[in-house]
Amino acid sequence: MSTPTAVRVWENHLMRYRKIWGSHLLGAFVQPVLYLFGMGLGVGALVDRNTESIVLLDGVSYFAFLAPALLATTAMMSGGQSSLWELADGFIWSHRYEAMASTPLTPREIADGLALWQATRTALAVIAVAGVLALFDETRTWGLLVAIPAAVLTGLAFALPISAWSSTRKNGSSFPAVIRFALIPMFLFGGAFFPIDLLPGWLQPVAYVTPLWHGIELCRGAVIPSIDSGPVAVHLAVLLAYTSAGLLACWITFSRTLRP
Amino acid sequence: MSAPVIIASDLRKQFGDFVAVDGVDFEVRPGESFGFLGPNGAGKTSTMRMVGCVSPVTSGGLSIFGLDPERDGPEIRSRMGVVPQTDQLDAELTVSENLLIYGRYFDIPRAECRRRTVDLLEFVQLSERADDQVDPLSGGMKRRLTIARSLINEPDLLLLDEPTTGLDPQARHVLWDRLYRLKQRGVTLVLTTHYMDEAEQLCDRLVVMDQGRIAAEGSPRELIDRYSTREVLELRFAVGENEAMAVKLHGIGERCELLPDRILIYARDGEDALSEVRRRGVDPGGSLVRRSSLEDVFLRLTGRALVD
Repeated sequence: MSTPTAVRVWENHLMRYRKIWGSHLLGAFVQPVLYLFGMGLGVGALVDRNTESIVLLDGVSYFAFLAPALLATTAMMSGGQSSLWELADGFIWSHRYEAMASTPLTPREIADGLALWQATRTALAVIAVAGVLALFDETRTWGLLVAIPAAVLTGLAFALPISAWSSTRKNGSSFPAVIRFALIPMFLFGGAFFPIDLLPGWLQPVAYVTPLWHGIELCRGAVIPSIDSGPVAVHLAVLLAYTSAGLLACWITFSRTLRP
Repeated sequence: MSAPVIIASDLRKQFGDFVAVDGVDFEVRPGESFGFLGPNGAGKTSTMRMVGCVSPVTSGGLSIFGLDPERDGPEIRSRMGVVPQTDQLDAELTVSENLLIYGRYFDIPRAECRRRTVDLLEFVQLSERADDQVDPLSGGMKRRLTIARSLINEPDLLLLDEPTTGLDPQARHVLWDRLYRLKQRGVTLVLTTHYMDEAEQLCDRLVVMDQGRIAAEGSPRELIDRYSTREVLELRFAVGENEAMAVKLHGIGERCELLPDRILIYARDGEDALSEVRRRGVDPGGSLVRRSSLEDVFLRLTGRALVD
């Protein structure tokens, strides 16, 4: 029985991750937990005094509104991390993927293995955050178990398209721009901290096409069923579209980079 | 005689408008040690990458183990070891973890990887560093580890792209010795180098490449016989005198080359040529008679101008 090729690539990532898992997990989950306390409980105390807010938030507390969204934003950030400097290390600095390409593995299989790894790594971060949500009465539901895979899919919807692009870079100089001008604006305005109905009218369609908003709605709907979070099938379809288009793009760019 | 391991015919590689390899033909036989010599940019690495099945052929024929690189790339690569120009090690892993993880790419079971790791680390004299991280190792150690790693799948063919560039003499000699042992075990070696001593040490047969083409082919001895004389007489004069002296030396030996710092006279017998120089009343500040080397062949074929 031979080991699937993607799993062989995944083993490399896992073996290296075993050396840094502590700092990665701590980093991946400290940030959302800070937001959970600072915004969810702190700002939440202010928001919940306003009767209009309760209507806008479909009758749940601000904490309950925000907390499930952090599963999706954590996944997005984890996906972003694994597809920028971490990926560039393999292509530009350590030439790890070049070494893999000189073995029986093909660029396409290397991309598949990377996707498998990005899913694993994102799942670990998301599970850590879900563990924190399970500590609070309002968010301790079985729905968390549904939200975890939804969040992982959100992570891949970011990780794979970004990976396809960053594998073609010669250095990491444009990476901070991706964080500043794409990920952070989505984090702030993508529906995690307030419903996108509050955005100016012309900005709302932008939120509809970003994967993050769909991921947030899925996670929120799973954990707090009383919130109206739109059609699950549409959210899933958008995330799957980003993920599969991203993987397809990785097949193409990895082949170009590794087999010039 | 058994079938060649590599057959290349009119092999070309083009990147956009730039022609890196411009129609080369060669064959490598099993157990042979075959070298590509050439200045930087001659097309050696591009040729090696096509042979390594990590760069598609633009045109021409290429067959490795009788297989087609385009169709059978994974199968060919599974029987091949590659030592790239720059080490591609996982710096954060240990020495033995590097071998284990690389073996897994070939789907070699973990237990078997560990067994081979013990032998391979002994072979490249790194057993004591097995559990150390790769990052702080010296250049020579990393190179040896890269060679050990390329052998994890017990390859029939080993490709080495400038295996000793940047190493100190001790490290180079250790590597040469290890490569020689591999050759004795029957592994076919294909290497690129721009060190002439390395080519003379390691290669049974070599081609000199220049500007994407093959300029000459043969054993080191044959190439020296064909493109140089048996001996070379080197003469040094005071600064600025070379040109005037060269006129007086006309006709001595088979060929005379004027360099900024010395004059080279290619002759069958260097001492004879030196007596003739003295007989003509020329008294060089310094003189040296030496055997012709591959370096003389190389410079004759590829010129002395810098290629960058």
